[in-house]
Amino acid sequence: MTDAKEIWVFVELTSAGIRQVSLQLLAKARALEINNRVAALVPGGNEDVLKELSKHGAEKIYVVEGLDGYKLDTYTEVIAECIKKYNPHIVLFGATHIGRELAPSVASSLRLGLTADCTDLSMQVDNLIQTRPAFGGNIIADISCKTFPQMATVRPNVFSAKEFDGEAEIIREKVNAPKSIFEVIEEIKAQGEHRSIEDARIVISGGRGLKRKEDFEMLEMLASSLGGAVGCSRPIVEKGWMPKSAQVGQSGKTISPDLYIAIGVSGSVQHQAGIKSAKKIVAINSDPNAPIFDIADYALVGDLYEIVPAMIEELKGEKNDRA
Amino acid sequence: MLQNPIEHLSVEQKNSKIIVCIKQVPDTQEIKIDPETGTLIREGVPSILNPFDEYALNLAIEIRDRFRNNSEVVALSMGPSQAAEALRKCLAIGADSAILLSDRAFAGADTYATSYTLAKAIKKLGPASLILCGYEALDGNTAQVGPETARLLGLPAICYVERVEALDGGEITCKRESEEGYELLKSPVPALITCMTTSSFEPKLPGVREIMAARRKKLEVWSLEDLGGSKDEYGLRGSLTRVTKTYTPDIKRKGVRFEGKEGVKELISALRGII
Ligand SMILES: Cc1cc2nc3c(=O)[nH]c(=O)nc-3n(C[C@H](O)[C@H](O)[C@H](O)COP(=O)(O)OP(=O)(O)OC[C@H]3O[C@@H](n4cnc5c(N)ncnc54)[C@H](O)[C@@H]3O)c2cc1C
Ligand SMILES: Nc1ncnc2c1ncn2[C@@H]1O[C@H](COP(=O)(O)O)[C@@H](O)[C@H]1O
Repeated sequence: MTDAKEIWVFVELTSAGIRQVSLQLLAKARALEINNRVAALVPGGNEDVLKELSKHGAEKIYVVEGLDGYKLDTYTEVIAECIKKYNPHIVLFGATHIGRELAPSVASSLRLGLTADCTDLSMQVDNLIQTRPAFGGNIIADISCKTFPQMATVRPNVFSAKEFDGEAEIIREKVNAPKSIFEVIEEIKAQGEHRSIEDARIVISGGRGLKRKEDFEMLEMLASSLGGAVGCSRPIVEKGWMPKSAQVGQSGKTISPDLYIAIGVSGSVQHQAGIKSAKKIVAINSDPNAPIFDIADYALVGDLYEIVPAMIEELKGEKNDRA
Repeated sequence: MLQNPIEHLSVEQKNSKIIVCIKQVPDTQEIKIDPETGTLIREGVPSILNPFDEYALNLAIEIRDRFRNNSEVVALSMGPSQAAEALRKCLAIGADSAILLSDRAFAGADTYATSYTLAKAIKKLGPASLILCGYEALDGNTAQVGPETARLLGLPAICYVERVEALDGGEITCKRESEEGYELLKSPVPALITCMTTSSFEPKLPGVREIMAARRKKLEVWSLEDLGGSKDEYGLRGSLTRVTKTYTPDIKRKGVRFEGKEGVKELISALRGII
């Protein structure tokens, strides 16, 4: 495969390991219909990380050595240098906080086209067709880059990670990273041990229809009987009832759970933008005309204060029946 | 090191400018889709000042008034002539002057061409201590123009900022959102920051007096000639991406309806297989 084109995936590392979206992108890159070779670009990373990447579809791994923790300026310089040196065909980033600032910095440094927040990717001969929502999700656009490498950020959870056979070739890239001009004074983790809504198969969200902070305990109960995580609309975060990491929507998280249950959420475009790729949507709302019902598979019209406890009861009953 | 088409801004502290990049956007809440053609109905859709930009403007005004008395807040926008409305609003909210970048050659710009145009104008405006952008525009939702513009100017970018904690000694400390929560990040100035809105933010509606006063403030329109360069660097031609197709998403779902508490049993059984 001499003329195989390299597709790079920038791998984001956290204290807990590889961010899921990086593995999802490796799987998607493997599935693109082009004579390609999928490579992971990883800043550092121990043997476990390299094994994980290899197992999840990386055929080649560029390990960038000599970089400290993530800083926008140093990462931009180093990634841009790597791209110039190896000239890949495509470079993909997860549309995370890091990806959404790093990709444009790199693209603009190299004068390359970049498409943000893709929800699908496909090939048309050599061109990467990048599909993304715009206008708050009201329209979908297919975009392609005029420059090479073609670059895109891709939303988490629109693709699934997969396992592959084979061993990745490892290339160690030693760099003399410039010193960053930024200084992280403090990191403030979102309060509490909140279960991540991004990885959950079932997400139950509460909106302004819930009158008190304590009422979220009801959602927690429902979530625990379904094995799900609790999310919310933006006003709830603004009230300080839930951490920012639980916010669903345009300025929060985009999620694709198997089941999304919106409770007392009106369904503004900004909220809808976060749940477009949920497999099934259930909405519970007392207003029969709530916009959330437009995108719901199952609509339950009624008072959440009656319905949610009834659901918890019903599920308890089911469990007992099954036992 | 990489080369930037536009070199560093000078680090001028006093009497310098705070530039806010603002965009007029269609109110996405009001957008309707034509059920026959499947296209966006743009007529009658109100245009608004992008909410994140409005927050950025308020932050700029606060910085001017609290940290740096002699700074001038300049609102900058690239867009068609109607976008002057949004700039007038900025002047009424408290910006000192406004510049509209408007030229047929600027039309059809992607994020790179937009950033390029803004960077050229920022460079022409002269020494700035801070440049503020919104986190993202409601129409494009790319969040790319801020970091791309910063890079073209050779400036540090601090994204997802909710609050400016400190600004002194040539350094700025911002509270910004991260994937895990928040981070306090310090950077030298000049810098470009992109702003998220905070919970306590209530956009203030300018009164009649402010609107009247805004009429006497300076609003300039700059064309290609003012920025210099060739047509090929701007707009559609200067763009590095192209839109090949647009279509409306298939978001409407079947929507089986159940009513009240009685519906709970039916709902749960409909969900069997998933739960
Ligand atoms: C730039 C920008 C970005 C934004 N980003 C986001 C985002 O990322 N995520 C987001 O969620 N929002 C976002 N918003 C805010 C968004 O526009 C809406 O204001 C918000 O989603 C509304 O939240 P809600 O549905 O909880 O509240 P509301 O709109 O007030 O809806 C409450 C709903 O609860 C129902 N209800 C009330 N009582 C009961 C009851 N007893 N039983 C059942 N139902 C009941 C009501 O009928 C109503 O439909 C953004 C806004 C802007 C301008
Ligand atoms: N045409 C424009 N004129 C001025 N500022 C803009 C323009 N387009 C984008 N911006 C700025 O860049 C931010 C991000 O926009 P976007 O990358 O389009 O999501 C906006 O919130 C504005 O601050």
